[in-house]
Amino acid sequence: MSRLGTIARRTFLIGSAAILGGVAFGTYAYHRPHPNPLAGRPADQGIGAITPYVLIDPQGVTIITPRAEMGQGIQSTLAALVAEELDLPWDQVRVLHGPPAAAYYNAAMLEEGVPFAPTDESWLAETARHAMAIPAKFLAMQITGGSTSIPDGYEKMRAAGAVARAALVQAAARRLGVDAGTLRTEGGAVIAADGTRIPYTDLAVDAAQADLPEVPPLKDRADWVLLGKSLPRVDMVAKSTGTAQFAGDIRLPGMRFATVKMNPALGAAMNSFDASAALALPGVERVIDLGNGVAVVGTTTWAAMQGAEAVVFDWAPAAYPATSAEMRAQISAAFGPETLDATPRNEGDVTQATGEPWEAEYHVPPLAHATMEPMQATAHLVDGKLEIWAGVQGPGFARAAAAKAAGLAEENVTLHTTLMGGGFGRRTEVDATVYAAKVAAAMPGTPVVVTWSREEDMAHGYFRPMASARIKGSVKDGAIETLDIAICAPSIMETFAERFGIPMGGPDSTLSQGAWEQPYGFANYRVSTYRAPRTVPLGFWRSVGASHNGFFHESAVDELAHLAGVDPLAFRLNQMTHEPSRKVLEAVAEMSDWGRPRPGRALGVAYCLSFGVPTAEVIEVEDTPDGIRLTGAWAAVDVGVALDPRNIEAQVSGAMVFGLSAAINGQITFAEGRVEQTNYWDYEPLRLHQCPEIQVRILESGGKIRGIGEPGTPPAAPALANALFALTGTRARELPLASSFRFA
Amino acid sequence: MSTTLTVNGASATLDLPADTPLLWALRDGLHLTGTKYGCGVAACGACTVMVDGVAVRSCQTALGDVAGASVTTIEGLGTPEALHAVQAAWIDHQVAQCGYCQSGQIMQAAGLLAANPNPTPADIDAAMDGNLCRCGAYPRIRAAVLDAANRLREV
Repeated sequence: MSRLGTIARRTFLIGSAAILGGVAFGTYAYHRPHPNPLAGRPADQGIGAITPYVLIDPQGVTIITPRAEMGQGIQSTLAALVAEELDLPWDQVRVLHGPPAAAYYNAAMLEEGVPFAPTDESWLAETARHAMAIPAKFLAMQITGGSTSIPDGYEKMRAAGAVARAALVQAAARRLGVDAGTLRTEGGAVIAADGTRIPYTDLAVDAAQADLPEVPPLKDRADWVLLGKSLPRVDMVAKSTGTAQFAGDIRLPGMRFATVKMNPALGAAMNSFDASAALALPGVERVIDLGNGVAVVGTTTWAAMQGAEAVVFDWAPAAYPATSAEMRAQISAAFGPETLDATPRNEGDVTQATGEPWEAEYHVPPLAHATMEPMQATAHLVDGKLEIWAGVQGPGFARAAAAKAAGLAEENVTLHTTLMGGGFGRRTEVDATVYAAKVAAAMPGTPVVVTWSREEDMAHGYFRPMASARIKGSVKDGAIETLDIAICAPSIMETFAERFGIPMGGPDSTLSQGAWEQPYGFANYRVSTYRAPRTVPLGFWRSVGASHNGFFHESAVDELAHLAGVDPLAFRLNQMTHEPSRKVLEAVAEMSDWGRPRPGRALGVAYCLSFGVPTAEVIEVEDTPDGIRLTGAWAAVDVGVALDPRNIEAQVSGAMVFGLSAAINGQITFAEGRVEQTNYWDYEPLRLHQCPEIQVRILESGGKIRGIGEPGTPPAAPALANALFALTGTRARELPLASSFRFA
Repeated sequence: MSTTLTVNGASATLDLPADTPLLWALRDGLHLTGTKYGCGVAACGACTVMVDGVAVRSCQTALGDVAGASVTTIEGLGTPEALHAVQAAWIDHQVAQCGYCQSGQIMQAAGLLAANPNPTPADIDAAMDGNLCRCGAYPRIRAAVLDAANRLREV
């Protein structure tokens, strides 16, 4: 079947949302802009909101960054896009997260969901991607995730800066009675030919009251002053001095401190509880029924946590299999024609192998996000109005959920998006916000911080799903003749859509993400996905489906390279059809000095195209008397255009560490329907002594600009597993690797 | 019952049970929120402060046990206007990503350098091993600690 035919016969989740949006709203409404959420600021206070992204008051220029800061440095880079066009010096830049507002929708989030490989730049693929911007606008999804902030903001943030600059110049021209063409901008001011200098802060009110000009042409890259450079992050001083404010750091007069305890059988009900012992403890003030659990309120968070331990519960049992082994069996049983979800790639005929055959099964466990900051939020209900502080990746969803939980209209809820102590996808969920809203609603007039214990956080995640793969292949003449990958897991989108009440039908594209779109040129190549029955609530975990599919796919390619007797890196290069992908493989080969003999040590390589970014990684391992040590790591990525190299490096090396943490130790297991892991001692991320030095090279093919929060994660596990095979001869087909190897 | 101690150079009296962890006495009693809760079991280091010059996990330090002691938190180490050498090195190396673990990392590094002004890379690995960073800033943490040691020696 032709590629186009395959696509036409499928409906993707995102695709069906697009159809709903188009039907419901039509193109006329699409062209009407959303209201500027910053408009209506009082002009008599000298405040001008020129676009939804630029706010100028007598104190200076504030850039509104509509994406949330969870460590990825996005607020700095989004601000730099605006500041570049606005000719605003970096030391004058102030940044605020925008309020939940439709104007801050994320078009790139939905573009990523179209059923075309990111390397496919045909007219059909591009048309589909652009069409996706329409429903995103209607759904008003202000979401941070999917490595989309930069692709989404690259044009519109620069345009916002350019429009604001043009409006300021026109205001200055009117005031001075000169032609705008005689004016220039520099250092946050408009400068006239005679040297007259009018700071932006003096022009803002005039500029905001006139109609906005058309978007002027954007600067050429050669003229960039801020972009393309490593800038000091706007949040760095605060984060190095303890003054950065997270959701649990709000302190108000009369404040109380709370924690929650929910049914450890995820999603199941609470039959009853007895709070008498808890209420007898010093500092415990109230126990609030939240339906499927309780909140305990005290004079300190410690008192609340002690109280929560003392509550006696009768929990309803879980509605899913009680053990990890039973969940694995469900997945094994779901590799069948009746549970086929999609066959997004099917080239040649994988059933007609004539070369040397190979097959294997691969397995990965569920994973928790385990953000350093556990779930928490602060809320305060006064006179029917709820104010809430939460670190959330989707503030619109969070505010709507908080309003519903507190029984209020949405306009009576103000949500402040705080800095997040890590997100990794966990903070697209609204549970922490909802519990805080319910607690605040139960104690009007009293501000309350609701902080989950680490144990509560660990056991109540929206996990990366358990997944398995059955892979068959064959090699002939030193290359892959056939590769047939069948992936089976419960669907993230199924449980997500249910939680958020979003009607979504069709296959779940996250099941095949990171496997189906790999630009290898194998003649006979099939990727099919199977949907296992739902178990626990699932969520988006950094790099989503690519987090397991990168491991499946690149372990298989490595096994086939060894079967063919060809160097694994050359094997990949020989069969790679995409030039930027070849370049990242060549880069890590050079950086790691791939061909050099290294007694007692070995290298492993892996490649994955995810979120449009070709990424190659090499890991070096050494067998030591204390166990296996990681002694080197190299990564190369192609982001199209690199806006802030140091920040990109931090994202890539950090994503690699995140992937290695999961590969070595990460697993969530279930017994009696409950998560067995409790804290960082039994869900242990990589520690400093285990972390190798990491070198990152950033390539710029000049193609479409890409986000970099996630692509560094998928190749980490297979690169390490492939290195371990090269070192020991033992092939790990199941994660975590600490089950098969002893690490130092 | 009340406990009196010195926090960032000032006397503080807290009317909380003696078994309250110092972490929560600081955060909820004194509203010093720079010190973070990460695990509550001394497995992550986010709550690290100095007690009489020694880096400790405040989640495992009972308030009653630090009566009369001198506690330094991230807020007392330095300020945005007057940075400690470790903080200055952290900013120059752009260490933080999400930043949540960094107060603890910085206090642990300051404690290390107070005890050992010339740490080897192995000393740094050993001293910083109890401080988790989910963002994976470890390579920059190593570099910043070495840089901070140089800065402190030059003072």
